[in-house]
Amino acid sequence: MSTPTEVYRDAQLAVGRSLEQIKRSRNLGIVYLILAAITAWRLTSHAGTATFNLSGGHSFGVAATPLAWVVAGSLAVMGGVQLARGLGKWQTAALAAVAVVFIFTLLAWAAAPNSFAFVGMLSQGVTYSAPLIFGAMAGIMCERSGVVNIAIEGLLLSGAFTSALVGSVVNFWVGVGAAMVVAALFAWFLAWLAIRFKVDQVIVGFFINFFVLGLTSFLGNRILAVDEAYNQVRTLVPWKIPGLHSIPVIGPILFEQTIFVYIAFALVAFLAWAFAKTRWGLRTRAIGEHPRAADTLGVNVNQLRYRNVIAAGAVAGFGGSWWTANVGRFNENITNGRGFIALAVVIVGRWSPAGALAGALVFGFFDAMEAKLSFLNTGIPGEFVQMLPYLATIIVVAGFVGRSRAPRAAGQAYDSQ
Amino acid sequence: MTAAIASPRPAPDAEPRHSPWPHRWISVRLNALALLTALILSALIIAISDLDKLKHGDVGGMLTNVKDSYIALAKGAFGSLRGFSETVTYATPLIFAGLSVAVAFKAGLFNIGATGQVFAGGLAAVWVGFAIDIPAVPHIILAMAAAAVAGGLWGGLVGLLKARTGAHEVITTIMLNYVASFAVLWLLKTTAFQAHGRSDAVSRDVAKSARLPFLFGFLHRSSIDLRAHFGFVIAIALAVFVWWLLKKSKLGFQFRTLGANPEAARYAGMNPGRLTIGAMLLAGAFAGLGGGSEILGGINQGHATSSFAGNIGFDAIAVALLGRSSPWGTTAAALLFGALQAGGQEMQLQVHVPIDLVLVIRALIVLFVAAPSLTRIIWRLKDSGGEEGAQLFKGWG
Repeated sequence: MSTPTEVYRDAQLAVGRSLEQIKRSRNLGIVYLILAAITAWRLTSHAGTATFNLSGGHSFGVAATPLAWVVAGSLAVMGGVQLARGLGKWQTAALAAVAVVFIFTLLAWAAAPNSFAFVGMLSQGVTYSAPLIFGAMAGIMCERSGVVNIAIEGLLLSGAFTSALVGSVVNFWVGVGAAMVVAALFAWFLAWLAIRFKVDQVIVGFFINFFVLGLTSFLGNRILAVDEAYNQVRTLVPWKIPGLHSIPVIGPILFEQTIFVYIAFALVAFLAWAFAKTRWGLRTRAIGEHPRAADTLGVNVNQLRYRNVIAAGAVAGFGGSWWTANVGRFNENITNGRGFIALAVVIVGRWSPAGALAGALVFGFFDAMEAKLSFLNTGIPGEFVQMLPYLATIIVVAGFVGRSRAPRAAGQAYDSQ
Repeated sequence: MTAAIASPRPAPDAEPRHSPWPHRWISVRLNALALLTALILSALIIAISDLDKLKHGDVGGMLTNVKDSYIALAKGAFGSLRGFSETVTYATPLIFAGLSVAVAFKAGLFNIGATGQVFAGGLAAVWVGFAIDIPAVPHIILAMAAAAVAGGLWGGLVGLLKARTGAHEVITTIMLNYVASFAVLWLLKTTAFQAHGRSDAVSRDVAKSARLPFLFGFLHRSSIDLRAHFGFVIAIALAVFVWWLLKKSKLGFQFRTLGANPEAARYAGMNPGRLTIGAMLLAGAFAGLGGGSEILGGINQGHATSSFAGNIGFDAIAVALLGRSSPWGTTAAALLFGALQAGGQEMQLQVHVPIDLVLVIRALIVLFVAAPSLTRIIWRLKDSGGEEGAQLFKGWG
């Protein structure tokens, strides 16, 4: 006698898929069915038309209740298909589509029968994702070289503080430069202790987090609080890219941002290209995966690690000045854990720049959506919306990333002898 | 990590290089020097950050400022019974949460999630505290047990996810901290928890019978004055238990084997998955007890707010690192942190040096203790053989 699970498993194996894939696809199927149930149960309750405002006075309307029923039905069908036979190579695309459709339905339900600024929200989401992108890129640069960087939070915070102080006293861009230098110094310290003394990289990383939090709060109270002139920067205005910004919908979302967003996207593209195509990228990946082999082939492992970690620090410092550019001042612990989210984004994005970009955008989007939903006053407690991205991260990491392909040598000191 | 890529570590010297001192004493001396270095660097920060005096080159004034700050710090921590009581009060949750992080470390797990576990435990304790009406001693025991169970489940979830799916605990614990803090924010506003007549996130007060007695209650002084409570005694008892667990019990041996070498543990017939779940269950239960002690003890006046876990989980990591994950080291580190916190309050009050300096001092102490080579370079000490801190991080796999 075999249990139903075994029968199911045998049937799936006959189709030629690994156990791991089967498990994942079963989990996905269950997730879809749950989403279908939630949609049918909760999101059909608001009658009327939800109006999604686009830019320039355009808008479109959706009848919330019929939409919810249609979506619930399709989700149930997809869940069934996923459970029965899986979606093969379309699985990831289907997951993304399901997420988008579900959130759209949620928004329609929340907005009906009123309207809300849909494009404004998406644009806000892109803005919020910028510091996460910088943090995640800094993390990827370190981890791909075999150095675990748990100090992203501290590096971002040091950048935010420095750019606010120097930016107030001198000018904004000098402040940004100073932020990059200071964060690079902290990163150098991480590399120095990790490489020269082989101190556990996580301990050094946490030291930097603790130290920067303490120091910036202390100096904030002792110096910035003394005189407003030390903590006052003019916020950066968005720069509309000529031509591109007038594309409907996409223009206002992507091309009416501050320079930070453009640089973030450029950095992602550059790193994706550099990791794949350049000598530097190949060497970096080599020292992160198998430093001994790289050493044998003449790569100076520790020197390259130093360089990459210091460069990563500069990137994080730049990212930290995003807060100064957006808020116009420094507040105690202004980064508020975003550096840890960036760390999660690195892992969810499987250590690839493009993957991390996607993760950062999702988090940024949830930040923006949370603000919107609490404004719409839907009756769902705002806390649940705030919880969503974190729960989603757990589900993604547990369900789909799992024992992922991290750079093998991450966290290991290297002895060149 | 596979053996193939682990670079050969330099063989530890067979005999310490001609040092007149026994090994243990060297380590004590190094730790004392680490503390001293941290205090000196922090003094520099106090001096330099005084912009007025810096502009006028008033070195004497700067030195006085440093001296006054440190005197206030010492007085606030140990100068009076009240200071001592404050030290103990701040140390108590750090002992619980520090032991939580330490036990996880021993099993090779990095528990950043003590915050969430403190939230879970505190919430369970507050509910048992106000919703159930039984006599004092059983009430306290029941509330603390609920705290341990809730914290254990919250922590065990992390272990379960790791064992079943490989989801790394660093990520899941960070995420669960956020989930817990939003859940608390929401729960405290529901009718099940919210204090009557309040619209913000504050729970009802626990019954008198569930409050932990004050440690110095027999002196009949004001409880605002002497806030130290019985949670401290429970924390010390827990440290004893952890010592027994890790050093004497079979389970502790298995945890340590798992932490030292998961492959060896598997080869020896242990079940790494089950041990991972067990270690996180225990770690969560310890932190949960800390949450219970915070709620039932003096410091929160018997109710929960949305921020009662504060920075406990984060500080606990520093405490466990400083204590090198040993129960006594962790307890001592927690007391040191508590003393700094209590002293820092006094320093801020008397000398107007922001208490955030305490965070800087703590961070530097952790650094110099974790990197003895750095301390040695600064004090030009000879290397007495490789006793660099063990590697905690086992990779993301």
